[in-house]
Amino acid sequence: MIKNISNLGDAAVYCDFGNEVNKTINSKVIKYFKTIKKNNIEGINNLTPSYNKLIISFDLNKTSFKEVKNYIENIDLEDSQNINSKKLEIPVCCDENFSMDIKRLEEILKLSREKILEKFLNKEYFCYMTGFIAGMPFLGDLDENMQAQRLETPRVKVPKGSVAITEQFANIYTFESPGGWNILGNTPLEVFDSSKEDKPNLINPGDTVIFKEITLDQYKNFNE
Amino acid sequence: MSNNHINIIRSGINTTFQDKGRDHLYHIGIPFSGAMDNRNFLIANKLVNNNLDSAVIEFAYQGPHIKYSGEKINIAITGDVIFSIKKKDAEIEGNCYKSYQIENGDEINIISTNKSVYGYLALGGEFDLKLQWNSCSINTKANIGSNDGKKLETGQKINLIKINANRDIKKTNYINSKIENIRVIKGTNFEYFSEEGKKIFYHKEFTVSKLSDRMGMRLEGPKIDNIVNTNIKSEGLIKGVIQVPPDGNPIIMLSDHGTIGGYPKIGVVASVDYDRLVQMSPGSKIKFKEINLSEAETLFKLYEMETQNLLSQI
Repeated sequence: MIKNISNLGDAAVYCDFGNEVNKTINSKVIKYFKTIKKNNIEGINNLTPSYNKLIISFDLNKTSFKEVKNYIENIDLEDSQNINSKKLEIPVCCDENFSMDIKRLEEILKLSREKILEKFLNKEYFCYMTGFIAGMPFLGDLDENMQAQRLETPRVKVPKGSVAITEQFANIYTFESPGGWNILGNTPLEVFDSSKEDKPNLINPGDTVIFKEITLDQYKNFNE
Repeated sequence: MSNNHINIIRSGINTTFQDKGRDHLYHIGIPFSGAMDNRNFLIANKLVNNNLDSAVIEFAYQGPHIKYSGEKINIAITGDVIFSIKKKDAEIEGNCYKSYQIENGDEINIISTNKSVYGYLALGGEFDLKLQWNSCSINTKANIGSNDGKKLETGQKINLIKINANRDIKKTNYINSKIENIRVIKGTNFEYFSEEGKKIFYHKEFTVSKLSDRMGMRLEGPKIDNIVNTNIKSEGLIKGVIQVPPDGNPIIMLSDHGTIGGYPKIGVVASVDYDRLVQMSPGSKIKFKEINLSEAETLFKLYEMETQNLLSQI
């Protein structure tokens, strides 16, 4: 299932599952990720699953590339039934105050605002990975005619809660950060909460997400 | 509740609490953090009889000016740092790698690091800090860690919940060695670069840019030409990874790095050289030298033995 295992520096193992980005390959990555995480191997201190790679970093004082590689090659993968994934509804307000890039998208995609939202909302997206900034989910896949490049000049500050798209993916900015994705709306939901140490992320790799539109009034009253 | 505390008279440029960092969180987007220069962090704690993973104050360039109130306590500063201690009757020039006993009303003025970036101030005791994921380490970009994930500010007061009973004065003769080359292991996208680009990477000099912080170190110099693709599908990062974005200027991921990135990885800094890498200040010249995995592993073991040896002699 893993095409190639190599070392990334002296303290990480780089598992390459191929170059394509699709749900089948990513599900394999997630299966490895969840199994290794559950096994809680001494010395392994971090796992980073992404679209088609899994990076396993370890404490060089406790283990080595050779040992971790050997463990990966002989791993008993968890049955997929045991991997619990959630289905989540994310409320999103696409009022003009929030949908900062809708005009740009109308031009690039040659679709009206209504069409863009119709194609984006109420569909299931798969969470490939979380990261870059804490808790940010990378969701896919968007319709082929919904795919736009990043902004040429990224924004210095993207507001917290922004729901944005680029290429075949959607994401949510879990806190204010620089960013270059096309912003469609904003969610009042707390997607990352560092005070919940055991479960800071609302959305995790393998979960399914559906965006449901809410009005500006519903948005304003959401956290009351 | 004890009344032992410090007051920050001047915060310095980038003053944070740090410890060993936090792990098992990359998959949700939270980096390791922790003290940038691990060896100097450990020595600082050892000099004041702390547990080796106790919280210390890390500063960069200009450090904080602190006033202490309370019972007698030991302090120590590590790195290459210029500082003074102001007592009731005298002001003394401080030496790194040596503990000092201070008392109510004494002040520590950390003027600056000398041709390096990070320094560490340890107090012989325990700060009253709220931990996140079992670590105080402050990540100012994500606002994670003690002090609401923010830098220490002028005017702040921080309490101590414990003062070590053992107040023996300790010292060590450690000197921060400079190294000529930063040793690297070939990265997973090494073949993306032109023959000329690979030669430049291993043989030319780069300059550490001013745009460097706890997240990353940007380098300037000859451009490294990519002949395959200037982007890859986003994937995980670890500290020490050297990415080359389309402009051809390498960026080295440091302790607060983003956990995912989409630029090709030309190399990874060997763990043995990480502590010394982070101490290279803007304007410093950097040259990379290729080593293989088994050399890197051996060098790290030796470095680690040397660290343990240093600590055991304190």
